[in-house]
Amino acid sequence: MTKEKNRNSGLGALSIKNVTKVYDPEGVNVMAVDNCSMEIAGSEVCMIVGPSGCGKTTLLNAIAGFHSVTEGSIHLDGELLCGPSKPLADQGADRMVVFQHGALFPWKTLQENVAYGPIVQKVLGSREAMDKAGTMLAEAGLGDFLTKYPGEVSSGMARRAEIVRALINDPKVLLLDEPYRAMDALTKQIMHESLLETYDRTGVTIFFITHDLEEAIFLGDKVHIVTTRPCQLKKTVEVKIPRPRSYETQSSEAFRKLLEEVSDAVHEEAVKAFQAGEREMA
Amino acid sequence: MSANSSTTNQNGKMVAPQGFNLFVYKTKKYLGQLDPYLTLMGIGLWLFAYWVLCEGLQIWRFDKLPGPVAISKDWFAVDPFQGISIFTQEYYDHIIVSCRRILIAFGIATAFGVPLGLFMGWSRTIRDYIFPIIEVLRPIPILAWVPLSILLLPGFEGPVLFLATLASFFVTTLNAMLGVDSIDEEYFRAAGCLGSSRWDVFKNVVVPGALPFIFTGLQISIGVAWFSLVAAEMVSGDLGLGYLIVDAYMNNVTVPMVIAMITLGFIGYFSSALVRMLGNKLMAWHVKELSQQGR
Ligand SMILES: Nc1ncnc2c1ncn2[C@@H]1O[C@H](COP(=O)(O)OP(=O)(O)OP(=O)(O)O)[C@@H](O)[C@H]1O
Ligand SMILES: [Mg+2]
Repeated sequence: MTKEKNRNSGLGALSIKNVTKVYDPEGVNVMAVDNCSMEIAGSEVCMIVGPSGCGKTTLLNAIAGFHSVTEGSIHLDGELLCGPSKPLADQGADRMVVFQHGALFPWKTLQENVAYGPIVQKVLGSREAMDKAGTMLAEAGLGDFLTKYPGEVSSGMARRAEIVRALINDPKVLLLDEPYRAMDALTKQIMHESLLETYDRTGVTIFFITHDLEEAIFLGDKVHIVTTRPCQLKKTVEVKIPRPRSYETQSSEAFRKLLEEVSDAVHEEAVKAFQAGEREMA
Repeated sequence: MSANSSTTNQNGKMVAPQGFNLFVYKTKKYLGQLDPYLTLMGIGLWLFAYWVLCEGLQIWRFDKLPGPVAISKDWFAVDPFQGISIFTQEYYDHIIVSCRRILIAFGIATAFGVPLGLFMGWSRTIRDYIFPIIEVLRPIPILAWVPLSILLLPGFEGPVLFLATLASFFVTTLNAMLGVDSIDEEYFRAAGCLGSSRWDVFKNVVVPGALPFIFTGLQISIGVAWFSLVAAEMVSGDLGLGYLIVDAYMNNVTVPMVIAMITLGFIGYFSSALVRMLGNKLMAWHVKELSQQGR
């Protein structure tokens, strides 16, 4: 695999246009996403923050092809993923998902998990795939755990392995749904460094949902703040802190200003969400 | 010999014990706990109560039953008073016949039940066709099938095998299906996103994901198979442990009756332990996950 392969190649541009998603279980319509538009350039790290239950995962699922959109369209590098003519996007290895709760197959070892994609896509023979998986896991610092099952390693290691499982397929876009949620600050820091290192190497487009504002600014090129349900784009904050970033950046003045800007916007939405919740209860 | 009994290799480095060494280590650890002694005491107390009731005090109605002394005298006698002991060929004939029947019935039930259950869990269409029928047939008690099976199948062997197979089949099928239902949706999504075909998903997600449920089901199903086999042998049989029990009862020899019962207990226990061991072997990931959680 050549390094710097699609770094700044501009591949993996996502264009989300007027997407609406309405759930209708039991005949009651729940509008999760309403007329939401977003442009994500290729090789961009795009962070999505917004109140709980506002429809972020719904948006990600539509991109990944896990469920259909009610209206609007999503394009990847100009090609239609889903739109009025085809509400459900095909699932494909060009968009790899890292799940909110982790979804390494517990019955496969880390190495088998990582090798799985290339094997079923028939990109590599199983021997080559296993070798490549071993190498890539070793690069991610998991060389000693190749034959361990996901249940035997820490959640941080499992998460890193899951990202490796996604990256072995050379995706254009990496879709992460609060991947570092229940992690302690120290582990999170290591995970961030590892993700940024991967990003610098591959230039994959990253679509990253999080609740952690510092994480959003530290990792992102852009932070998209979305409104409370139904989900719409409220504000986009550009993060112009140069890469490579290190942990010291978090104490810089520029970082603090951005954090303030983002938290103001998020706070406003959180209050709205809270009040809406109270209204629903009343 | 020294290599066999130590956990240290030539370089003096500690290595994890394996094979026989692991067994020795585990046995030692087990004997160091209180559990085995409590178990032994429990068995002792139970036997003692049994003896007091039947032979010691000869309580009313219990005096009709053979006590532990009478049973062990006959069971281990070269020339047993009531005809059945570990030295008589007849004893083994009954055991072998019953075990062979279980093997066949459990084998057929597993061979058909597991795939059917998996397909039912995997495909909505297959489930819609088959599940309602199974759900109606399943609650019919296995003994209610006896007349039908005798009408349908010739000889002694046919009905007996049919009943044991049927009972075990329902349990296995249902558990395999529930096993598929129990798999987290995210594994299917992950598999889809990694580029799996529908068949890849079946092989790599459906089958391994359902395995824990399948083996729980198989352990129950082998118990159910024994249960219905013995019932069937008692109603329609020429040989087998169930037949031995009714035959002894009819002929008023109670010792072989109890010997057959205890034998069933032990064989039943070993057969389900065997299934469990096989399951643990196939699901190393599951065993390790559970042990990680301290179970
Ligand atoms: N399958 C579904 N059927 C009906 N309603 C749903 C479904 N999935 C999600 N919803 C609703 O849609 C809304 C948005 O859900 P979604 O999971 O996208 O939120 P989220 O932003 O990811 O929340 P969180 O931050 O808590 O993960 C929620 O109110 C949820 O109850
Ligand atoms: Mg979510």
